[in-house]
Amino acid sequence: MSESSTVQAMPGRQPQMQDKGLFTSPDVQREERKEHLTMVLLLTPALLMVAVLLLLPMFWLGLQSIQGEDGFSLANYTRIFTEAIYWDTFGTTLQISLIVTVLSILLGFPIAYAAARTSGLISSLILLCVILPFWTSVLVRSYAWLVLLQRRGVVNQTLIDLGIISRPLELVHNATGTVIGTLHVMLPFMVLPLYSVMKKIPNDLLLASDSLGAKPFYTFRRVFLPMAAPGVMAGSILVFVICLGFFITPELLGGGRTVLVSMLVQRNVELYHAWGAASAVGLVLLAVVFLIFWAVNKVIPIERVLGVR
Amino acid sequence: MNVLRSLKPSRILFAALVALILAYLVIPVLIVIPMSFSEARFLQFPPKAYSLRWYEAFFSSIEWMSATKVSFIVAVATTVISLPIGIAAAYAINNSTLKIMRTLQLVLLLPMMVPIILIAAGVFFVYARVGMISTLLGLVFAHIMLALPYVIIAVLAGLRNFDMTQEMVARSLGMNRFRAFMAVTLPQIKPSVVSAALFAFITSLDETVVALFISGGSNETITKRMFTALRDEIDPTIAAISTMLVAITLLMVMIAGRGGNKQA
Repeated sequence: MSESSTVQAMPGRQPQMQDKGLFTSPDVQREERKEHLTMVLLLTPALLMVAVLLLLPMFWLGLQSIQGEDGFSLANYTRIFTEAIYWDTFGTTLQISLIVTVLSILLGFPIAYAAARTSGLISSLILLCVILPFWTSVLVRSYAWLVLLQRRGVVNQTLIDLGIISRPLELVHNATGTVIGTLHVMLPFMVLPLYSVMKKIPNDLLLASDSLGAKPFYTFRRVFLPMAAPGVMAGSILVFVICLGFFITPELLGGGRTVLVSMLVQRNVELYHAWGAASAVGLVLLAVVFLIFWAVNKVIPIERVLGVR
Repeated sequence: MNVLRSLKPSRILFAALVALILAYLVIPVLIVIPMSFSEARFLQFPPKAYSLRWYEAFFSSIEWMSATKVSFIVAVATTVISLPIGIAAAYAINNSTLKIMRTLQLVLLLPMMVPIILIAAGVFFVYARVGMISTLLGLVFAHIMLALPYVIIAVLAGLRNFDMTQEMVARSLGMNRFRAFMAVTLPQIKPSVVSAALFAFITSLDETVVALFISGGSNETITKRMFTALRDEIDPTIAAISTMLVAITLLMVMIAGRGGNKQA
C-alpha cells in the first residue's frame, strides 16, 4: 500500500543507479545504459499497441477534422459553436453528467460510509452489492432497466397499485431513463474509491474528538468529512469524465431523444460517414476530458484517480 | 461507533436508506433471472408461467452461438497476449529509474482516459484503411490495447508490495534476469497476475462500443448482437443470455475475492 508514486519510490530501491557522482567508471555507465535499454525494450510492445491503435488514429482524426473541401478549414469546429444541434448536445451532455455526478455523491456516500464503518458480514454484503453490478455487463443492466421502466413495467405497475400515480409515467426513452441507467453504472465508480479512503480514516481520531466533547455530527463534519474529501474528489472526477463519453446506456435508455456527444460521433461516422464532423466533435470532447484531468492533476496525481497507487 | 448495531431512530433511518440504495444497485442485476424463465413472449414481471424456451432459443440459434464463440475466442486470445505484454511493461515501470517513465506510464493509461467512443472511431478509421474490419485479429488487437491499462495496474500493485532484492539475489547467484523473474518474482506476485488475467478477460468479453464499430459478419461479437437486439426489438432471449452472464460474473467475483475490483 505504498502512497508514493513510481518515480519517488525508485531511488530507495536501487541507490547504486541513482547517484551518478559516485559511480562514474565506464563499466558502471555501460551497465546503466544496458539496464535502461532493457527497461525500454520491455515497455516497447505495450507502447506500440497504444501508439498504433490510439495515438496514430487520434492524429488522423485530427487531420480529418481540419480538412475542408478544398484544403485547410476550421468549418467543422465553427459548426459546433454555431449550429444549435451541436451546441445543445454538448449542453445536454454536461447537464446529464453533472446530475449523475451529484446524485452519485448523494447515493454513494451513505453506502461507502456504511461499508467502511461496519465490519464482518454486513460490510462484505454491502460491498458485494456494489461489486456485483460493477462487474455485470452494462448491456445486461440496460436491458433490466428497459424492462423495469417501460410503460407497463414493474416500476409503473407498482406505483399504480400503490395508488401513488393514476397513469404510467414516461420513465424511459428520455432524459429520466438516461439518468437512472447511467447513475446505476456510475455509482460503483464513486463508492469504491470513497470506501477505500474512508477505510483508512483511523477510528482513534473520531474517538478522540468524541472524548473531547464534540457531538457526533460535529465530529463527522470537522474530522471525518475533511478526511473523506479526497475520495469524493477522485470518485466525482471518474464519474463525470466517464459520463461525458458514455454511449451504451444513454443510447439504449435515452432512445434517440436525449442525444449525447458520444451519439453525435457515432451517428456522424456510421450513418453519414462524415469523418470531419465526427472527428471535430470527438476531439472537442477529448479536449474537455483532458482539461479536467490536467486540472485535477494539480490537486491529486492522476494515477491515484485512475487507481494506480 | 457501529452504525447499524445500536437502535437509535436516526440510525434505523440511515440503515433503511442504505438498504434502499443497495436495492437500486442489485435489483436490476437479479431481476433478469426470473425473467429468463418466463413463458411469455412479451416482457412481464413477475412471469405468469415458467419455461426454458429462451434458453432453447439461445442454444439453438446459429447466430447467437457463433457470436458467443467469437466473443470467447477473442477474450481468451486477448488475455493470453495482453498478460505477458502488460507484465513486461509493469516490470519496467516498477524498476526503471528513467525520468521519462512517469510520462510513458501515463501514455499506457491513455486507453482508460480517452472516451471509448473516440477510440472506437479511431480504430475503425485505421482498420478501414488496412482492411481489418470484421476480422478476429482486428478485434483481438483492439481489445489488447483496451485491456493493457488494467493488466498493468493490477501487476504493478503486486510488484509494489514485492521486495525486488529477492530477484537480485537470484541473479547474483547466477540466474539470468528472465529465469530469476520466472522462478522468484512471478510466483510471489501470482495473485495480482490472476486478477490481471480476470480484468483482461472481462474487459474483452464485456467490450461493446469498439465491437459495434469494427466487428461484423461472421465475426460479430455477442455484445454487438445484444446491443442491436436491444435497440431494435427486445427479444426475451436476451434475458437468458443476461442470466448466464450474471452467473459468470458471480463466479468471477468469488474467484477474485471481495477485494478484487477494477478501480479501488
